[in-house]
Amino acid sequence: MVRLLATTAPHPSWNLLDDVGQLLHYPFMRHAFAAGTIVAVLAGVVGYFVVLRQSSFAAHALSEIGFAGASGGVAFGFSAVYGLLGMSLIGAVLIGALGKRLRGRDAVIGSVLAMCLGLGSYFLTRYQGNASGAFSLLFGQILGISVHDVWIIAICGALTVGLIAALYRPLLFASLDEDVAEARGIPVRALSIGFLVIVAVAVTAAVQVVGVLLIFSLLVIPGAIAERLCRTPGRAIALCVATSLLFVWSGLVITYYTNFPVGFLITSFAFVAYLLARLVPSSSSGPVERARLSPDVSTKT
Amino acid sequence: MPPPPPPPPPHMAPPPSPPARTRAEAAAPEPTAPAPRPAPAVIEASGLAVSYGNRTVFSGADFGVAPGEFVAVLGSNGAGKTTLFRVLLGLLKPAAGRVAVLGQTPQRGNAAIGYVPQRRPVDPELRLAGTELVKLGLAGGRWGPGLPGRRRTAELERRVDDAVAAVGAERYAEDPIGNLSGGELQRLALAQAIVSEPAILLLDEPLASLDVRNQVSVAHLVAVLAQARDMAVMLIAHDVNPLLPVVDRVIYLARGRLTIGRPEQVITSETLSNLYDANVEVLRDSRGRRFVVGLDDEAAHPHGLDARARTPSVLDVR
Repeated sequence: MVRLLATTAPHPSWNLLDDVGQLLHYPFMRHAFAAGTIVAVLAGVVGYFVVLRQSSFAAHALSEIGFAGASGGVAFGFSAVYGLLGMSLIGAVLIGALGKRLRGRDAVIGSVLAMCLGLGSYFLTRYQGNASGAFSLLFGQILGISVHDVWIIAICGALTVGLIAALYRPLLFASLDEDVAEARGIPVRALSIGFLVIVAVAVTAAVQVVGVLLIFSLLVIPGAIAERLCRTPGRAIALCVATSLLFVWSGLVITYYTNFPVGFLITSFAFVAYLLARLVPSSSSGPVERARLSPDVSTKT
Repeated sequence: MPPPPPPPPPHMAPPPSPPARTRAEAAAPEPTAPAPRPAPAVIEASGLAVSYGNRTVFSGADFGVAPGEFVAVLGSNGAGKTTLFRVLLGLLKPAAGRVAVLGQTPQRGNAAIGYVPQRRPVDPELRLAGTELVKLGLAGGRWGPGLPGRRRTAELERRVDDAVAAVGAERYAEDPIGNLSGGELQRLALAQAIVSEPAILLLDEPLASLDVRNQVSVAHLVAVLAQARDMAVMLIAHDVNPLLPVVDRVIYLARGRLTIGRPEQVITSETLSNLYDANVEVLRDSRGRRFVVGLDDEAAHPHGLDARARTPSVLDVR
């Protein structure tokens, strides 16, 4: 697609309205912006919890399990998206059922995802002549998205954001303070499985934009940035959404005027932003400094 | 160690003595062993037995805890202290016997119980403000996003502020959780547990990993809260000494049995030797602190009451 565009040689001008008109002139760019925007919002909302619950490895695993499903879908002649969704949902329930806490399950998840990646590559060889299909699954295909795909992504987005809103407070409680949440009657085990199901749906949408291998750039990095910078969960989620929108939009704009692949641009912006966030010092003093400032820290009763 | 002075030092008597306890004592001077409590107990157990799989953790436990009473729960590792809490929280069914919390069978999600579990290390990168943890104690169990209705938000903030003030954590409550010290986190966890104004407070090793000064001040804080809010408090501890001036009674779990009574009745050579079925000696120093010796074999470890392990740090108290 990008190559084709090169013959028409688009250039940015100083007239922003013109630029927007030019960017949205082609249907494939309109689809890309629609899909990218929805995915940025849903990934921002889900991604904060992925980081808070320290389940970024599980999110990565789900995308690779989904890869096996998608390539299986292509090989056996039904849709890649449904294969992706189906397999990552099954994976979500299995990983969730493995245990209350995902920490310490790395080896199990790792073995399963390696197997799935292998299975995916097998399916792809069975389906002759689909190297580009494999490439778009692994690295995203946002410039080749159809109206049908946009609808699927929109449904995924409404589903994940709606579910997170419904589960918001108990999920936050269980993510920050699992033992107390359990004692307070919150079904932590079911929530853990439910959250992974949400991640599976989010992965299905995000894979269309950034692909299986680059999923971290939208599902983890914005969350990691927000976790480092924000004092309240509400602000953190807002920042998550804002940063992922920024990554996706600037990626799409730059890819339109240059030949750089979108996935590369999005991951680069995300990574640079993460590095910048790490440079921001913690704004308040730690316990040590406070103790130095006021000697009566522990005598207050 | 010098022999114990004949009259117990004055601060052996717990300073905050809630009315419920005093009434109970007036009615029946307690024997060392299980005592029937005439006061309306918020927690009552009789013949309680708990097991994990085939292993019986303890059995035949009889005790009651009155409103406003502060009870320390002591015992070796694996004696069933946390297990006892899990039964009260409704997370574990008793194997036998009867237990009632506020007159009812324990049920998971009982809003009348504030619970502070043993702390796990906190992610030092977590920037969320400490008050967010406290807020969860009030609204964390409700479904939905909790969108801001102005009046409800103000009410939530007020109750959170009250709880934070009650534990004396105003100065650092808005700081990132990852920056807080162990003592500061412990106070915020307490604020989270009391923000819903529970009738019962269960604290699992809140003094662990605190320095001695903080142990004493958190113990005092808990006693003040118990009295001011008429909460029944059960607190699991390894070392009884920071608690001696403030607790009303102690529960001692050992070898599958439970004993309850006033500290000076339970933590004695006679009672503990009986409980452990071994020659245990309780020594007291000139300030009334108690040290348990003679439990150094593997089967019944002294859980930090060991004189040799404790003496150097305890000498710094007060």
